[in-house]
Amino acid sequence: MSSEQPKSHNEWERPLRELDDSLHKLKDLAKKEVDEDKREELQAKIVEIEERRDRYIHLLYSNLGPWEKVLVARAEKRPYTLDYIQALCNNFVELDGDRRGFRDKAIVGGTAMFGNRPVIVLGHQKGRNIQERQFRNFGMAKPEGYRKAIRLFDMAERFRMPVITFIDTPAADPGVESEARGISEGIAAGMLKMFELTVPSISVVIGEGGSGGALGIAAASRVLMQEHAIYSVIPPEGCAAILWRMPERGPEAARALKLTAQSAFELKLIDEVLPEPEGGAHRDPVSAAITVREAITKHLNELDQLSPIDIRENRYNKFRSMGIFEA
Amino acid sequence: MAQTKGEAFLQCSNCKKTVFSVDFEQNLRVCPYCGFHHRLSAKLRIDITFDPGTFEECDADLRSLDPLEFPEYHAKLEASKLKSDTHDSMISGRALLDGKAVVTAVADFSFMGGSMGSVNGEKVTRTLERAVDEKKPAIIICASGGARMQEGLISLMQMAKTTAAVSRCNREGVPFIAVFTDPTMAGVLASYASVADVILCEPKALVGLSGSRVNKQAGVHRVPDDFQTAEWAFEHGMVDKIVVRKEMRGTLINLVKTLGGALYV
Repeated sequence: MSSEQPKSHNEWERPLRELDDSLHKLKDLAKKEVDEDKREELQAKIVEIEERRDRYIHLLYSNLGPWEKVLVARAEKRPYTLDYIQALCNNFVELDGDRRGFRDKAIVGGTAMFGNRPVIVLGHQKGRNIQERQFRNFGMAKPEGYRKAIRLFDMAERFRMPVITFIDTPAADPGVESEARGISEGIAAGMLKMFELTVPSISVVIGEGGSGGALGIAAASRVLMQEHAIYSVIPPEGCAAILWRMPERGPEAARALKLTAQSAFELKLIDEVLPEPEGGAHRDPVSAAITVREAITKHLNELDQLSPIDIRENRYNKFRSMGIFEA
Repeated sequence: MAQTKGEAFLQCSNCKKTVFSVDFEQNLRVCPYCGFHHRLSAKLRIDITFDPGTFEECDADLRSLDPLEFPEYHAKLEASKLKSDTHDSMISGRALLDGKAVVTAVADFSFMGGSMGSVNGEKVTRTLERAVDEKKPAIIICASGGARMQEGLISLMQMAKTTAAVSRCNREGVPFIAVFTDPTMAGVLASYASVADVILCEPKALVGLSGSRVNKQAGVHRVPDDFQTAEWAFEHGMVDKIVVRKEMRGTLINLVKTLGGALYV
């Protein structure tokens, strides 16, 4: 059964792409058509296909299963961190380097204006084509990424700036050089620094929340997830490899792991699920960004009411309450 | 794990030599021939670490649930309870170390690979909070494959929860000493364990972020022979000291006396 499951978002969305393509062609034709009758005929056809497409989008997206969410969350068409920074912020200046000899490209960040607030904004950055993906190391941060984040968190505290982080990574980089430079310590120190902050912090999971690699910059006052984002202790394929020694059973593992935004919210592990436009954030990045902006603003306004110490204690208590056991 | 060869003898799983059971136990389960440090149960570890008879267990009534109804989790929990004679992968409590009061949590690898689920994470957090409340040093002895996958995102959040508790220890001037034993991996390594004030490590313990099966999945194949060993981690500056089992208690006593000095006046 698992072998019949689509392996990529492209594969899964193919029928939709075909409809989009034929619409594109028809619209081109209609534009060039001089005969009025024929143009009207084409127009009618366009309207019909558009309706068919919208019905199909609704059908595809209104009831996504966990595995389909995994595919959507990983879709290369999805808006990435830099897209959101561009859409939500002004005066962004990217800051870089861990000041210890290394530079990470999978975590980007800097200073910016969010509305009328100066903020520290950062997040995982993936690439869209082969070159970009390699340059961004597939969004897998090395220790220097977390150390850069820690520098920025320090500045946030010093200059009383709220922190906004975007989460979108399959995992932390698992390579030898990352181990040699202390990837585990990097992740842990990132979280530790976030817990020390007395300024508000908001994390938004915009794609893949990949285990520790995500959490290293996601120990925030508020954690929000987009409707089709995922957040998991382990990639479903890795889970299947451990459980059944069969990575191809990822779709089953995705179901078992309850990695959707809806499950995370039900389990009280995140604060809000942000709705996406029909067909996912990539179909309408502008309105997706507006939803994200409004949510961040709302939560920052709420957190503004707290004293610095209460901001820190509020964050502590929120994570402190996580865990389900019998006592 | 040393394999039983009849009653009186054992075979070291590392060097394959036959060892007298009595010698093996007297040597704290370290092979007298090759020096391999075999894994200890939490109870045995407590016995050889703290002053005899001083350990008082806390949080003993915590039990794991199966909130995600994860495949085979319930059965695994039941099987582990029988196999390891503990109720979860961590035992926490108070003890004396050369007469000095400390709080401690000790992992048991035989219980689901020492994995950190809600109960394990809660015990670590309570231990660190107890350290702050009672102004005592915290000693946590790790042995874990990482977060407990069967509790999904809830177990990932134990990493955040336990790390948050470390931030309180730091602020309140309460020392936290971590001891890495075989293995200290993934979600445990990438959270509270790596931000301890002092990290001691047993020889040859496996220490790293991702296990070999996950590594292969991620396309990491060629690694150094000693990759993710205690010695490799030590050479790369990730741990303070490699300490043989016989000297662990003495080293902890020295550290508690010095780092905890301000707490005991």
